[in-house]
Amino acid sequence: MITIAGAGLAGLVCALELLRRGAAVTLYDTGPDPVQSSVARFAGGMLAPWCERESAEQQVITLGASAINWWSEVTAVTRHGTLVVAPARDRAELTRLARRTTGHRQLGAGDIAALEPDLASRFSEGLFFADEAHLDPRKALCDLVRMVRDLGGDLCYATRAPDRVDLDCTGMAADLPHLRPVRGEMAILHCPELAIGRTVRLLHPRIPLYLVPRGDGVYMIGATMIESSSTRPPTVRSLCEMLSAAFTLHPAFAEASVIETGAGLRPAFPDNLPRILKQDGTVYLNGLYRHGFLLAPAMAARVADCLIPEISNEHHRECRTAGGCQRNPVRSAG
Amino acid sequence: MRLYDTEIASRLLLGTAQYPSPAILAAAIDASGCDVVTVSLRRETADGSGAGFWDRVQATGARILPNTAGCHSVQEAVTTARMARDLFGTDWIKLEVIGHSDSLQPDVFQLVEAAGILCGEGFSVFPYTTDDLVVGERLLDAGCQVLMPWGAPIGSGQGLRNRDGLRAMRAHFPDVPLIVDAGIGRPSDACMAMELGMDAVLLNTAVARAGDPVMMARAMAQAVLAGRSGFDADPMEPRDMAVPSTPVLGLAELA
Repeated sequence: MITIAGAGLAGLVCALELLRRGAAVTLYDTGPDPVQSSVARFAGGMLAPWCERESAEQQVITLGASAINWWSEVTAVTRHGTLVVAPARDRAELTRLARRTTGHRQLGAGDIAALEPDLASRFSEGLFFADEAHLDPRKALCDLVRMVRDLGGDLCYATRAPDRVDLDCTGMAADLPHLRPVRGEMAILHCPELAIGRTVRLLHPRIPLYLVPRGDGVYMIGATMIESSSTRPPTVRSLCEMLSAAFTLHPAFAEASVIETGAGLRPAFPDNLPRILKQDGTVYLNGLYRHGFLLAPAMAARVADCLIPEISNEHHRECRTAGGCQRNPVRSAG
Repeated sequence: MRLYDTEIASRLLLGTAQYPSPAILAAAIDASGCDVVTVSLRRETADGSGAGFWDRVQATGARILPNTAGCHSVQEAVTTARMARDLFGTDWIKLEVIGHSDSLQPDVFQLVEAAGILCGEGFSVFPYTTDDLVVGERLLDAGCQVLMPWGAPIGSGQGLRNRDGLRAMRAHFPDVPLIVDAGIGRPSDACMAMELGMDAVLLNTAVARAGDPVMMARAMAQAVLAGRSGFDADPMEPRDMAVPSTPVLGLAELA
């Protein structure tokens, strides 16, 4: 029996990976239900390793490349790619992004209109990352829970974990050296006038925005990156900036309803890459930062390697050879 | 270089915002060899947190110059400066009072007023100002002992938009430390500022948003050194007439 503290995104993905390898798993979480137990409920749910490369290390692509297929077996994944646009004044941002990323092609006004008719004539240039995808984080968490339960995993909500567990996935609640919170604020809008079908990133020198469709005219917009441990609700300033950026993307957002706003803390290590640490007999997976959905599957495979090293199947071996294990930031503490 | 009775070796001052990660920030500070880093109090620590981040900045050993970035009024800037003094335990403050939200141009009237208040409270004020000579004089009257004229708007990377203005400042304030703050985009901009006789440059975005911030930090440090040496070495004046650089007199002796 493998015990896991924390039934958030990281805990659930690890549980599923362990169950698939034949282990028995029990998860403990002090939160009340799958969605409230995970800070991932505030996530965009973008599976966008090539875009993220703009500011992230190469490992994010290496570790994230398999995430789209992994999630497709768990929940509905929308494979429509990512559209990146910028207002004419900020064209230099587009040039910079294009130079620093791969996996994209240049778009003209006609291409943008063909991809997203609602954005026709609003932007004259863009980039298209055709292989990227997105999912609905809250639906994905619930689907994960269902799969974990179907495979016999035991989920204990509103329950403190025992003092000693095999795996700790408690995010900011874990007392790990150098772990820090990076606050993110987001909003969910209902704008039935628009039918945008893919993740759209609006580049801006000060306030970059991403918009992820949730279906039925619902859109998630985000997200700020603030070095802070505050969990207070989003500030007026952050919301003003995000909402006006959404308005820049399309004026129809002026009439959108703000369904929800939220703020959460992303756990991060100094290099903003996730780590697997071993401390006093417990394995810790933490520091998924803004790449939870993207990197959790690859990290969970490595966690499973640590916890049940004797089990080795084809998939397992593939991960070890193809997944960039040498560069994998697995470190030991203590 | 002497700033408020403190001897500072490096003539490059580095901002700490917008880096891809704290690890890269720490490596960039190290590569730049800078002795002073600016930190923004305003958004990042509004709730007294981000402790992991600041621990890391402080661990670099660089001296902290807190700033009042994003403040738009005298009151806001003064309050932020007082909070910074409590939080970082330093009287040094980079005073920024923004007058225009699009260009982030300093509001020099409020800047002078805030500088007067803060100098009166014992702060060592580093005012972010324009290249206007009269404003510079007013800031010195207010008690400032350093001036930080802009090269171009903050974060624009346009380099030195008014070299003649900076040259005039150097001539007008021969004994006041002048630090070009804002607008530097490339090492050549930093080098040019130093060749003009500026005492130092302060930059952030040019390093933080470079594809390789650590390499750019090193390049900026080299540029600052080159520019300063160029200034100290008393460069030749440009002239219209060509002068051969090898002797032209005498005949070749082809033995």
